[in-house]
Parts: sequence; structure tokens; C-alpha cells
Amino acid sequence: MMKTPLAGKIPNLLLIALAIFLVVVLPALNAADIVSDFRLNTWGKYLCYAMLAISVDLLWGYTGLLCLGQALFFTLGGYMMGMHLMLMIGKLGQYKSDLPDFMVFLGLNKLPAFWQPFYSFPFTALMVLVVPGVLAWIFGYLAFRSRIKGVYFSILTQALTYGAALMFFRNDLMMGGNNGFTDFRTILSADIRSPETQRLLYLASAVALVLVFLGCKWLANSRFGLIQRAIRDSENRVLFSGYSAANFKLFVFVASALIAAVGGALYVPQVGIINPSEMTTDKSLEAVVWVAVGGRGTLVGPVLGAIGVNAMKSWATRAYPDLWLIILGATFVLVVLFMPKGLVGLPGQLRALFSRRKRQPAEEEIVTNPTPETE
Amino acid sequence: MPVMTEIHRLAAGFGAAVVGCLVCLFGTMAARAAEETPAVNARAAVAEAVAAGDSDRQKALVESLAGADADEAGEWIARWKEGEIFLYQPESADSPVAVTPAGEPDAEGKVALAGVATGEPLTGPDGTAMRVAKEDLETAETDASLRRAMKSVTDRIALASANPAKRLRAVQDTGLEQNSAKLPLLEQRLGVEKDGRVRAALAEAMAMIHLKSADPAQRQTAASELGAMGSIAAQGALKTARGEAEAAGQTELVSACDQALADIAAHISRVNTAGTLFRGLSLGSVLLVVAIGLAITFGLMGVINMAHGELIVVGAYTTYLIQNLFAGGIHMSPFGLKIDIPGMNLTGGKWDLYFLVAIPVSFLAAAGVGLLLERGVIRFLYKRPLESLLATWGVSMVLQQVFRLVFGANNVQVESPSFLSGNWTVNDVVFGWNRVFVIGFAVLIIFLTWAVLTKTPLGLLIRAVMQNRGMAACMGVKTERVNMMTFAFGSGLAGLAGAFLSQIGNVGPNLGQNYIVDSFMTVVVGGVGNLFGTVISALGIGMADQSLQQILGNPVLGKILVLGAIILFLQWKPSGLFATRSRSLD
Repeated sequence: MMKTPLAGKIPNLLLIALAIFLVVVLPALNAADIVSDFRLNTWGKYLCYAMLAISVDLLWGYTGLLCLGQALFFTLGGYMMGMHLMLMIGKLGQYKSDLPDFMVFLGLNKLPAFWQPFYSFPFTALMVLVVPGVLAWIFGYLAFRSRIKGVYFSILTQALTYGAALMFFRNDLMMGGNNGFTDFRTILSADIRSPETQRLLYLASAVALVLVFLGCKWLANSRFGLIQRAIRDSENRVLFSGYSAANFKLFVFVASALIAAVGGALYVPQVGIINPSEMTTDKSLEAVVWVAVGGRGTLVGPVLGAIGVNAMKSWATRAYPDLWLIILGATFVLVVLFMPKGLVGLPGQLRALFSRRKRQPAEEEIVTNPTPETE
Repeated sequence: MPVMTEIHRLAAGFGAAVVGCLVCLFGTMAARAAEETPAVNARAAVAEAVAAGDSDRQKALVESLAGADADEAGEWIARWKEGEIFLYQPESADSPVAVTPAGEPDAEGKVALAGVATGEPLTGPDGTAMRVAKEDLETAETDASLRRAMKSVTDRIALASANPAKRLRAVQDTGLEQNSAKLPLLEQRLGVEKDGRVRAALAEAMAMIHLKSADPAQRQTAASELGAMGSIAAQGALKTARGEAEAAGQTELVSACDQALADIAAHISRVNTAGTLFRGLSLGSVLLVVAIGLAITFGLMGVINMAHGELIVVGAYTTYLIQNLFAGGIHMSPFGLKIDIPGMNLTGGKWDLYFLVAIPVSFLAAAGVGLLLERGVIRFLYKRPLESLLATWGVSMVLQQVFRLVFGANNVQVESPSFLSGNWTVNDVVFGWNRVFVIGFAVLIIFLTWAVLTKTPLGLLIRAVMQNRGMAACMGVKTERVNMMTFAFGSGLAGLAGAFLSQIGNVGPNLGQNYIVDSFMTVVVGGVGNLFGTVISALGIGMADQSLQQILGNPVLGKILVLGAIILFLQWKPSGLFATRSRSLD
């Protein structure tokens, strides 16, 4: 087992403090009008992204599977929630019809059958998990059964995402086509735009993130997590030891799809829009960037990365709108080249550098390779 | 002296032969001249007709134009109809003269005039060119009956046009008109026509006119003829004829029409199938050209280069710059710098050559960028393939934004040289030259790549390093250098792809993104590390994509199905069509 550099050393107290800050302090400050509604909403978005990042890390950092389809599961969860919210608009839409506006626009006069059950919130909540989960299970079953791994897995998930995005861009899927869903009014009969609802939604995201974090931590520390990392470091040895690596991978794949989907479902009501451009491969890769920047193979890393990179993005898109893609891309290249363990690994890396400079004969390899060498 | 006489005889014979030949030559030339000199001078006749006040005389003159040179007469009648010919009343003469304005009006709004009859500038009494105000000119009017006469003449002369394409068009139009009065005209043309395509069109047009004839038997033969010809244009006429025949209770004619329509439908489906095959082949070639570079960097070296698409864009923009260099020059101001490079201002055939220059330059430009990428980023990540994927994706983002800042976010205009913009139509199937060229180019690139890899010392080194890096290094191969060269070669091939994509689609900063997923798929399906597999898979994916589009009538659905099929295919053959056999445990 490879020791993850800093995760164990960050005192648990600090983590608890962070959780309390996110779940209690921030909403309280907002209620007291110290933190603006806009800022809280932005943070709510970051926390949803953090869930997406954790789902990427669970696969990439812990199991060695670089999945470029996580944005698809995130968006699918969002779409399921969006369907419910679209129906909740009711007659408040532009066309004063029971149907969502885009359907009126497409000339429909009856709700398609598969939309009907989405009037129910519990059903929607179930679907948020079922649809991405089943898709992940089918795809994962096929991929892992034929032992597709490494870059092939990445390329295939990329193709899956690309195909799905093409499908969602079409109008006749009845999912809003190019424009997706927007203009939501109510959620659970509360006004979705009111600060109180938004604060509750933020709170839900923060609690969900904490639960996901704890769940993953428990998973990582269990025997399961051990096998998971063993698969990452040497899949063949795991196979020869008599474990069915495919089933373990399938479980992790589905679990991470579910985490991403929950993040997506909480993301949509806070952002107020969902469209197919969210499910492109680029978005998946962006999530991978967060993980890489934060530090993979740890659970704090993705959270830090998602919040940090997105905060930087918010700042850079305003300060240097022309250059921000260059900044992001360059950050990424530099992180991959010089900080393979991300922000979380930085202190350890610096310490190693420092101690090596003290002891002149450098025998130590600083950068240990987290992924096995495929040779 | 017998020998002498022999030579003399020979010489005499030779001389006679030469004279004979010359006579022959002159004879034919004279005959051709006689055939080609039109009886009527079109310009003179038009000028006279315009100036003639009497409408009967005008009509007679216009009709006489049927004997004039077809293209010239057509042009002048068209100009008359468009109101481009004016009447000018010189003070010295008693009848007006037909003129056209020559050149632009000067400061006083006066223009020089050219006589229609000769094209010479009109001169005043003092011998200098006359200039008159536009208001003093009277437009040469045409009335309805005159226009009818013109129409009949233009129809007739269009059939006699020297340009086969124009003739073909005229014949097809006549056929669609189904006017039996035109039949003799077509028959007459058929007698002298030599161009095979025009002859076929004539037969088709005549059959279509026969379809309107009063005699049911003739209609029936016409219907069968059209069916046998697979005449797509005649479908409407056949349906009408069938309706009339049904109303009149002519069962035989109805069945003949049905048979003909079925034949035509079969012909159309054959044409569509051939078209689909061709488009599939050309799409496959595009994929191949795009993926071949990837087959080297990814397939042979194992580097996942997500910036491969941007290397393609480098090639495309290089082509754009070379094109501008051959025309007006390069004028840009990226990052606040001002770049002004004067162009060569070439036109026509010389400008067309830009593409031949662009091909090698695109290769070099992309290879250069690839070299920098390899030296700067990838060489640190050879043992971490997943991370090379991420780092190159970062590079691709940076490059895309740089393109946007330098060339603008919108697509730039790349004009195809004339030898790439045109098409052949064979038996109703359209073959675009650019697509034919792409196919040929794909073949060439494959051949060159194969030759480089198997017939050159560099290729030997590349293969050695790729097969066993450690062993190659022990044998004294500079693996670092070979990596560099291999990557640059693969990147250069991406640049070539860019030069080609610029000819068949838009060139913009996102061009590469459209191909990256497809090209990775192509390489994976073909079997990584196998060039031949890449060829087969590119053609297969191209064909499947186009056929599904044809069958489903929906390009996006076709593409999604192809992606799904690829995912399922990899279930069956996880390492692609042609797996590289290896005993090592990955």
C-alpha cells in the first residue's frame, strides 16, 4: 500500500473545523447578512463541483482508472432534477401551458410518457441515482469484463460522453436540445430564487459533501479500499491473488457515478440551468484538473482543488478574460510536470527537497510514481 | 545509275506525299473555316435591329441571329433584354446608333460610348472619342412579341453553343419544357452533335417530348426509353403521363410508366449507393489522414497527445498564411504587435500553386510545434501515459486560446485552388475533386509513412526503440533523439491533415476538437501500434458512418450509432482489429 502523503497527517481536527465552517458557519454568516447571497450561491456551486472531483478521484486517485465520463454522470443527475423542476414551472412559463416551454415550441400537445412520473419528487430523487447508476453499470460491466484499462478506458469513456452529448443536443430526445432546461420557478413548492431556498440548497450540498467525504474515507480505510489501491498499483497481482478485479472496479465505477450524479442534482437548482455543453469531455477533463491540482489519492485534495481552481477561474475570467484559458492550461501542465501530488503533496515535496539539499548525496527519489509503470 | 534514280524516285514520292498532305491540311482547314464562319455577324445584326424603328424588321433581324455565332448572339441578346444597350442620336446622322457605355462615368457624369456593331469607340466630328451624359441616352426597349422572338432564338442558339456544358443545359431545359414544337430542333441537333453526354441528353429530352405526343404507342415507347435511361429528370413527366393514361384507361401505357418509374427508382438508389460509397471512402480518407499522425505518436510511442487536434490546426492556419502570402500578404496584430508582410499578389494559376507550397510548410510548422511539445512536456512523462494525456490537454487549451488571440475566434477563409474546386459527374454520381484528392492524398501519406518506417534508417531506429527501448539504448541508439524525431514526424503528419481539412471545411480555433475523438477511436479500433489496422479501421468507420447516415437519414444518429458500435466492437476485440502480439504482462 502506498502511503498518501499528507492526508493522514492533517489533523482530523482541521477537517472537522472545515466541515463545521462549510455546514454551519457559512450559512449562518449568510443569514446574518455578512456573506452575500451571491457568494453563498457560488460556494454552493463549488461544493457540487467538489463532489464531482471526489468522484473522479475515487476512480483515478484510488483505483487508477482515468474516467473522462464523470461530467456525463454529473450532468445526467442534473438533467433528472431538471426534468422535475421543469414540470414544477407549470403554467408560469412563457407559453402559459402545462408543458415545458421547449415542448410547446416543438409543437407538442401532450407530455411524453417518460416525463409523466417526474411530477413526483421522490421518483425524481430515485432517478437521479438510477439513471446514471444503470448507465455506469452497463458501460462498466462491458468495459471491465473485456479488461479494458489504462488509456483505452479513458478514450472509451471519452467516446461515451461525446456520443451522449451529441444525443442530448438533438431536439427529438425531448430533453430541451441545445438550450437544455432553465427558468426554474419552484422546488418542493418553495420559490427557488429566494435567498432562504438557496441557503437550504447550499446546506444540502454541504451536508451531502460531508457525507460523501466520510463515506469515501470509510471506504478507503476498509479492506475494500486496500484492494482498490492494490488494483491501482498492480492489477495483475490482485488477479493472481484470486480477487475478481473487474467486480471491484465495477463497484467503484458505479459508486463514483452516483456521487457525481448527486452533485449534479444539487448543482442544477442552484445554478438554474442545465444544457448539453456541460457533458462534453472538456468538462470531465476540467474535473480531472481539479483533482490533479488538489492532489489525487487523497480525499481533501479534490475538495481543495475544486474550490481553488474554480475560485481562480472566477477571478481570472473577470480579470483576464482573454488569458484565463492560457492560465488554466499552463497551471495544469506545470502541476502535472512539477507537482504530481498536487497542493496536498506540496509540503511533503518541499520538505524532501529541503532535506535533500541538507544531505548532499541525493539518493532519495523525490517523485514517487503514484501510477504503475505500464511498460 | 539505278541507285540515283531510285533515290530520285523516293524523293519525288516523298515530295508528292508532302504536297498531298499539305493539300489535305489546307482542304480541311478551309472546310472547317467555312463551317465555322457564321452567316450572320451577331453584333452587326443586333446593332441594326436595335436601331431599326420598325418592329417587323426588328423581329426578322432577331430571327436571323439564329444563324450567327451562338455565344456572341446569346450574349448580345441578353444585354439587350437587360437594358444595357442604348440608342444614341448623333447630330450628323439621321437614324440613331446602338451603343453601350464604355468605362466609368467621369466627373461630369459623362461616359464614353462604344458602338454595338463594331465595339469601336464612337468618335465625334473632330475624331476624338465622344462623351455624353447618361441622360442623353435612350434605353433600347423591347416589347412582348420581340421578347418572344428573342426567346425562341436564344433557345435555338443555346443548343448550338460552342460550350458543351451550356449545350447540355439547354437540351435538358428543352426536355423539361416538353414542347413538341422544339422536336425538329432537337432532331437537327442530334444529327450534328458529337459530344456523348449531350447526345444522351438529347435522346432523353426527345423521349420526354414524345411522352406528350398524341399517339399512345409513341408515348409508351418513350416511357420505356426513359426507364431504360434511368432519367431522374423525367420522373415528374412520367407521373403526369401515368395519371393521364389511367384516366384514359390505357392500361398498357400505365404499366409501361410504372415499369419506367421503377427502373428510375432503381437507378436513383444505385446512384445513391455509389455516392454513399464514395463519400464513405472520402470520409474514411479524412479520418485516416487525421489519425495517421496519431497512429505514430499514440500507436507507436504510447503518448496520448490530446493536443494532436491543435497540431492539425497549426497545419490549417499555416495553409491560410501561405495563401495570404501568395495574395495580399499577412496583416495581423496579435498581442499588440503589428505584423505586416507584403504579399506576392498572384492570381489565377500562379496563385493556385500556393497549396503545393503549403503542404510541406504545414508539415514543417506542425513538426516544429510537436518538437517543442516533446522537448518541453512529453519527454518527462513517457512513463506516465495518463499524465501525458492531462498535460497535453493543458497544452491544447493554451494553444486553442493562442489561436483565438492571433487569428480571431471566427473561422478564417481558405480558398481552394481551382484544381481542387470542381467535380466530375459520372452517370449522375457527383465526384468532388477535393474529395478525390483527399483519397489520393491518403494513399500517398500511407505509402510515405510506410516507406519511412520500413525503408529508412530512421524508421529502423524508430521501430527498434518502440519495440524495446532498453535494448535499443544498450545497442547505442540515442533513444531520446529517436523519440524526438518520431514525435515530430507524427506531429508533421497532423499538420498535413490540417492542410487538407482547410480545403474541405472551415478553419477555426476549434477545428481540431472535432476530430480528436474520432481519430483516437480510429487508432484504438485499428489496433494500437499497427498502421495497417489504422487504415482498415478509418475506412471502415468512414463507410459505416456514411451508410448509416444514408439509411437513417440523420447524421447525428448515425454518428452515435457508430460510437456505440465501436464500444461494443472493443468488447469483442479489446485490443483492436490487429492486436500487436506480446507475451509481456502489461
